[in-house]
Amino acid sequence: MTDKKQKMDFKVLKRVLSYLLRYKLRCAAAFVCIVINALVGVVSAMALGTLIDRYIVPMAEAGRFDGGPLLGFIGVLALIFLAGIFAQFVNSRIFAVMTQSIQRDIRNDMFSHMQTLPIKYFDVNTYGDVMSHYTNDTDTLRQLLSQTIPNLVSTAITILVTFVSMLISSVWMTLFVLLFVFLMMQVTIRIAGKSGKYFTEQQERIGELNGFVEEMISGQRVVKVFNHEEETTEAFVKFNNELAGASRRANAFASMMGPVMMNLGHLQYVLLAVMGAILVSFKLPNLTVTGISLLTLGTVVSFLQLSRSFTQTVNNVAQQTNAIVMAMAGAKRVFDLMDEAPEEDEGTVTLVNAREAADGTLTECEELTHTWAWKVPKKDGTYFYIKLEGDVRMSHVDFSYVEDKQVLKDITLYAEPGQKVAFVGSTGAGKTTVTNLINRFYDIQQGDITYDGIPVRDIRKGALRKSLGIVLQDVNLFTGTIRENIRYGKLGASDEEVEEAAKLANAHDFISRLPEGYETVIDGTGSNLSQGQRQLLSIARAAIADPPVMILDEATSSIDTRTEALVQHGMDKLMQNRTVFVIAHRLSTVRNSDVIMVLEHGVIIERGTHEQLIAERGKYYQLYTGAFELE
Amino acid sequence: MVKRLLKSLREFRRPAILTMIVMLGEVGMEMLIPLKMADLIDIGFANADLQYIVKTGLILISFAVVSLCFGFAGAVLGAKAGTGFGKNLREDMFRNVQTFSFSNIDKFSTSSLITRTTTDVTNVQNTFTMAIKMAVRTPVTLLFAIIMTMVISWKIALIMIAAIPVLFAGLILLAKKVFPMFSRVFKKYDRMNNIVQENLRGIRVVKSFVREDYERDKFNSISNELFRDFSKIEKILAWAGPIMMFVVYGSMLLVAWIGAHYVVNGEPVTFAFMGDVITTGLLTSIISYSLQILMACMGLSMIFVMIIMSRESMRRISEVLSEETTIKNPADPAKETRDGSIEFRGVDFSYGGEEGNLCLRDVDLMIPSGATVGIIGGTGSSKSTLVQLIPRLYDVTDGEVRVGGTDVRKYDLKALRDAVAMVLQKNVLFSGTIMENMRWGDPNASDEEIYHALKLAAADSFIEELPDKYETHIEQGGSNVSGGQRQRLCIARALLKKPKVLILDDSTSAVDTATDARIQQSFREYIPETTKLIIAQRISSVQDSDMIIVMDGGTVNAVGTHEELLHKNPIYREVYESQRKGDGSDDR
Repeated sequence: MTDKKQKMDFKVLKRVLSYLLRYKLRCAAAFVCIVINALVGVVSAMALGTLIDRYIVPMAEAGRFDGGPLLGFIGVLALIFLAGIFAQFVNSRIFAVMTQSIQRDIRNDMFSHMQTLPIKYFDVNTYGDVMSHYTNDTDTLRQLLSQTIPNLVSTAITILVTFVSMLISSVWMTLFVLLFVFLMMQVTIRIAGKSGKYFTEQQERIGELNGFVEEMISGQRVVKVFNHEEETTEAFVKFNNELAGASRRANAFASMMGPVMMNLGHLQYVLLAVMGAILVSFKLPNLTVTGISLLTLGTVVSFLQLSRSFTQTVNNVAQQTNAIVMAMAGAKRVFDLMDEAPEEDEGTVTLVNAREAADGTLTECEELTHTWAWKVPKKDGTYFYIKLEGDVRMSHVDFSYVEDKQVLKDITLYAEPGQKVAFVGSTGAGKTTVTNLINRFYDIQQGDITYDGIPVRDIRKGALRKSLGIVLQDVNLFTGTIRENIRYGKLGASDEEVEEAAKLANAHDFISRLPEGYETVIDGTGSNLSQGQRQLLSIARAAIADPPVMILDEATSSIDTRTEALVQHGMDKLMQNRTVFVIAHRLSTVRNSDVIMVLEHGVIIERGTHEQLIAERGKYYQLYTGAFELE
Repeated sequence: MVKRLLKSLREFRRPAILTMIVMLGEVGMEMLIPLKMADLIDIGFANADLQYIVKTGLILISFAVVSLCFGFAGAVLGAKAGTGFGKNLREDMFRNVQTFSFSNIDKFSTSSLITRTTTDVTNVQNTFTMAIKMAVRTPVTLLFAIIMTMVISWKIALIMIAAIPVLFAGLILLAKKVFPMFSRVFKKYDRMNNIVQENLRGIRVVKSFVREDYERDKFNSISNELFRDFSKIEKILAWAGPIMMFVVYGSMLLVAWIGAHYVVNGEPVTFAFMGDVITTGLLTSIISYSLQILMACMGLSMIFVMIIMSRESMRRISEVLSEETTIKNPADPAKETRDGSIEFRGVDFSYGGEEGNLCLRDVDLMIPSGATVGIIGGTGSSKSTLVQLIPRLYDVTDGEVRVGGTDVRKYDLKALRDAVAMVLQKNVLFSGTIMENMRWGDPNASDEEIYHALKLAAADSFIEELPDKYETHIEQGGSNVSGGQRQRLCIARALLKKPKVLILDDSTSAVDTATDARIQQSFREYIPETTKLIIAQRISSVQDSDMIIVMDGGTVNAVGTHEELLHKNPIYREVYESQRKGDGSDDR
């Protein structure tokens, strides 16, 4: 199992590195700098010995201070050090920018991908957990990139240099050191495995906690109203303790690594010293890369120094494993999100502006003509055009969200261009589901849905949704000014158009009364606006988009009827020449529809105009007269 | 600020202090071991004394074992103290947020509260863990190394001591430059979080307007800003390494130069017990001690930089911790509500306090206990504001609100809110089963009581049809049930509180007329003593009420029964007429 896990981690690591490789040139430059810096480090470690052996000792023996050669040597060293400092500086700058670039790239990729995910993903994941990917998980990568990777490269070089020097001193003793390093590695892997497990858990727990906090703080008003502060805190404490537990274990194991490695290093030092002393006292031959000679005490001493710096460096690597493990835990969560299957879009039909000639032929054009056409590709690579009329048909549609529970059964309906189709039925009858199928938030299991004769599956989702305006009961606005929020429906809209749309939705009055009018900044939850006001904005937002087909899902439920009556005029204008699907409880909203569908348990049980349905004396009639209670 | 945060240490003060003590032990060992190692070489190897080497080796190994123990203890205690501190900080923040009033909540955005409880705490926790470990270790190493250098040559020690301020001056300069940039960057961080949150919540809007690219651009632009700002900060911080290296290498070379003079000229040692004159061996020691000094300084500066980096996080945390709720329990609170009567006396209210625009003006109302009261009024007529004053979600700006004859500000908040149940306009269910959600109303409710409440709220029939019935899992915010279903669940949840006053703030807007009527009917039958305030759009929801309040532009326009208002109140009549056309009877 551990084997499999580690393989997975390598995949993640590779993927992280692939981000690094996006900046090849900078990577190369940074690499050069690190190498220079590491070499300078090695030089500085050796310089001291040279300084004493070559300059000070001879001078001391001569008993006369001769500054010339010493000054020369120090000068050379100073130059080398300056090169090192410069390399370090350049390297830090490059990495600073690169690390941030990569974090940005990852965040952006993640967000881009998130936008392509099907609605289902958003239904099942708590928002806070997803948000945690952008903050806590991405953050773990920062340390990895900015510190660990440069460190690893530079230690690798140090190790290499020291290793060669050791080989020059004594092969036997080097072998012993290698054996010991192998042992240390084993220990490292053990400890890193433990802490890695807990780091992964920690990142998961942070996500959970984030999810909980997001949900509770968003619902804080409900918490207050229900006096639920204590219980909420209790639940929080539980999440919090779990996080602290995982994090404590992860950190404890992680920080054990240092002392363990250091003291193993000490142990090795002692063993080496003893071994060296024995080798010397028994006059065993010493094998070096340069040949066989007699091992001297001096060689052992210098070897001991080397081995110390060798194990220290290895120790350094071991310390980095924590950062790697933790970053991998974060990265894995990030990549999991990026690997979520996106919404499938096999559609090829697109939507274009078109000009209609007198004979009915359509030509594509750039400018806004308020005439739209579906651009349908033919097999030979050419296109033909179908005018966008807003003719929506469903035949024998079955649908279920989860396998065993059918929500819609054998739904057949047609909405001719310009018609107003209403859905009536008790909550849960499947009204909203019908509209979710038209814009393909979900895909049907059985049957066909066509739009102007084209199966909706063949239409590119973006094009399909652009042709549909939707006003939902739950209004989601975005942080920004009111003007920006209305303009969301049509990004290029002029200020006049925005105000026009607001007037149409009867929102202009209340907006004008706000101290800052259209420039009033609202936050996403819109706590500074009432539900009704938010619905008016949402209607204005849909109105400005001017789509050929509109879906109004309880669009006016929170607006008082007096205001609704005022909006009605605008709504009527809005609905003119458009195919409109209306879901409403207020029969006043539904009454003048061209066709009314009564849904029950996912089945259309009655259909017809208001008059026809009244004449039919069925469910609708009962509902209308209040004799029947919808449930 | 730091003090404010350290208050949250509590039970982890001990492990924190122990960590420092243990670190002292570890650092002691760390200094002892190299000395012994030097002995091993200087005495053992110099004399080729195998026995001495083995003996010293064994001592060294025992030292290593002791050091390992200290190290383990330090790891465990440090982790305990650090994560414990983080845990307490999160908990304290969350607890304080729980005491926030509505106006406090309005002040902080959700996304910023989330970053504060996670990212910011992680920053502070890491800094703290490092600080307690380094706080002892580094100064001790520093002191030890300086003393040792001084013992050998006070002149060289002076060079080192002179180098330290240079190092710190450079680092402080950097910190000064960087710090103001941090607070800016964190605001952007919140903004990014906010964009993600809004996209998660509003994904249906994004997708139906095909605004994926627009949102992507929005996100990319904030993400780019973050990138630019963080890069700027890190670019400045990139100076830290070179500055340190410059000082380290510079002083090393200086020491080597001067040391060479001393060795050649036979400079006397400060204290004679280390020998008479400075030898090459002592010079080597001096250089390694000076390296230690500078390393310790680097360690200190790292703590320093980390503290600087987490200072903004600290500020943000302590901002939440020290935010005081605007609505507090009175000193000697009333615990019992006599009955469900409600009285408004000359109430003015403004969200902005004294200077703000008044949302409610001069409201006088008297509602007897057990009455059913309908509240009608246009969008933005302050209906919700009016009822939010009753459970003291906001405090009046002027005048008073009384429940059961007592000013709401004199009640224990919990007692008051237990007595006054409110279904908010923005209904929220929480992820969990239906039963779990219901128990928000009454944690001790029996299953039967819950079924009963759901029946009263006309929610039983649709639940029966769900595959998992009462154990159906509700997704966050209740996104997997329809608006009408959600409203009924919320009503049931409020009913379970068995309140003296029940407020429904437009809570049946998505429920059809017939079901609405059924709910009203069960209110009359099963909770006759409860005062019921019903904000509604539909006349049918309120027409049977004992009294109907017509709100208009923040004032009470009229109070009366359906018939009375129909005759004398033009607004009410207008609303009535607008609904008669489509609803109910067929005549026009």
